[in-house]
Amino acid sequence: MYSDKVVDHYENPRNVGGFGKEEAGVGTGLVGAPACGDVMKLQIKVGADGRIEDARFKTFGCGSAIASSSLATEWVKGKTLDEAETIKNTEIAQHLSLPPVKIHCSVLAEDAIKAAIKDYREKAGSADKAAE
Amino acid sequence: MNIANQNQKTATKDALPGANVPKLPIYLDYQATTPCDPRVVEVMLPYFTEKFGNPHSRNHQYGWDAEAGVEKARAQVASIIKADEKEIIFTSGATESNNLAIKGVAHFYKDRKNHIITTVTEHKCVLDSCRHLELEGFEVSYLPVQQNGLIDIEVLRKAITPKTAIVSIMAVNNEIGVIQPLAEIGNICRAAGVFFHTDAAQAVGKIPIDVDAMNIDLLSISGHKIYGPKGIGALYVRRKPRVRLEALIHGGGQERGFRSGTLPTPLCVGLGEACAIAEKEMGAEAERLKKLSKRFYDGITAKLSEVYLNGDAEHRIPGNLNLSFAHVEGEGLMMGIKDLCVSSGSACTSASLEPSYVLRALGVEVEMAHTSLRIGIGRFTTEQEVDYAVEHLVQAVLRLREMSPLWEMAQAGIDIKSIQWAEH
Repeated sequence: MYSDKVVDHYENPRNVGGFGKEEAGVGTGLVGAPACGDVMKLQIKVGADGRIEDARFKTFGCGSAIASSSLATEWVKGKTLDEAETIKNTEIAQHLSLPPVKIHCSVLAEDAIKAAIKDYREKAGSADKAAE
Repeated sequence: MNIANQNQKTATKDALPGANVPKLPIYLDYQATTPCDPRVVEVMLPYFTEKFGNPHSRNHQYGWDAEAGVEKARAQVASIIKADEKEIIFTSGATESNNLAIKGVAHFYKDRKNHIITTVTEHKCVLDSCRHLELEGFEVSYLPVQQNGLIDIEVLRKAITPKTAIVSIMAVNNEIGVIQPLAEIGNICRAAGVFFHTDAAQAVGKIPIDVDAMNIDLLSISGHKIYGPKGIGALYVRRKPRVRLEALIHGGGQERGFRSGTLPTPLCVGLGEACAIAEKEMGAEAERLKKLSKRFYDGITAKLSEVYLNGDAEHRIPGNLNLSFAHVEGEGLMMGIKDLCVSSGSACTSASLEPSYVLRALGVEVEMAHTSLRIGIGRFTTEQEVDYAVEHLVQAVLRLREMSPLWEMAQAGIDIKSIQWAEH
């Protein structure tokens, strides 16, 4: 039922945990809904060079949801925000060989990346304004 | 960190081949189905080979032998519910029995009565039969249940009208194991002149049933839920006062015309033996299962907080535990306990993503329903298996809670209901 890659990410999830939300350079995305059976929290830490130097996740959901978010944290690391934004759910689904009923897990992972980037940019924007 | 993990892994591996590891995977899904008791298989075997006759052949020894097997089985089935053997009809299973009882009564009495009463937590085959009758023009009342899964007897009393033909309420719920007040329901129905049908697939052999004392008019039985074979069931149809039915399957007029078709002799014999064993061993078995369920529940709750038992704690069969593990999604949890064969309360594998309608009917929040497991303990479950299951389930829940953003929020005192979630 689950592909080897999903099982691997489920059993050895990468980058579980979190950063302080208010920490400098941290963007937080919280997507999904408990009532739907999936919630993902994905955080990125952006370095001085504008690249994502680290990422963390926590997920409430099935094995495919956990695997999708675990993979997402691996993929965003080392990317610029613009590059990370281009990660598509279809790439995640394909990499993990998700069956059709689990495609929404990869959609959620893409949303989580985008939400974390958006949060980082908003925070950075308001920090800039405060500095002016 | 990695070295520590490695050491831990080696330590666990070294400990594994010891006496404390039962044969894996462990079956804990006895409400889904049960293995055939070897004693049942033994009495069935001759009816596949030397006693292969058609039980309806009246002219020779082969037919007579098969008939004798079927009739002995009929008496065994009748005995476990304190009925007369003439009141037992063999069917293909509880789904057919429920269809025959509800549609059969509704169709036969349709000129005078057009109303059916059932509950929202019935098995799908009862609900779907009722939906089908609604399309034909019948009126159906779906009674709610209370938070403990039991019906409110006053709500039933008020729902009955002069047009009500039949009340169909399950004896024991398949998901949460709660036992409905059968005798009280029977009393009300008898006094109102309404037939009382109960789907007893999960009840027979687990709790004492007396169709006369409980005023039950029709009762559905399943073979494979009571350590008998799959593909066989029975319907009890009361003779006094007489219940009449319109048949679903027409043909040679077997089973008093209620259900045509050659009886599957080995399956009938198997169901009979399963009933005989269950009747004899019910008391002792219930005591044993009660102890095992308690051991399971106590083991879990001693090590985990925020675990909730769904369904009434008292009025339930001893072999069922339906538990919600807050902040851990059921399907994700099942993946972490692949050596344990349990059932998930959430139906996430289906495209619908809808959690159990039974839990929802109890008022269990959707998010909590997503965290539920049904643990079914039965005749062949051992203490060793329970201990192993508890240990592994606890480990999996702890691991997933560490990974759960909802658990993190709950620990930080954040009410997850205060967050604006984007439902997808």
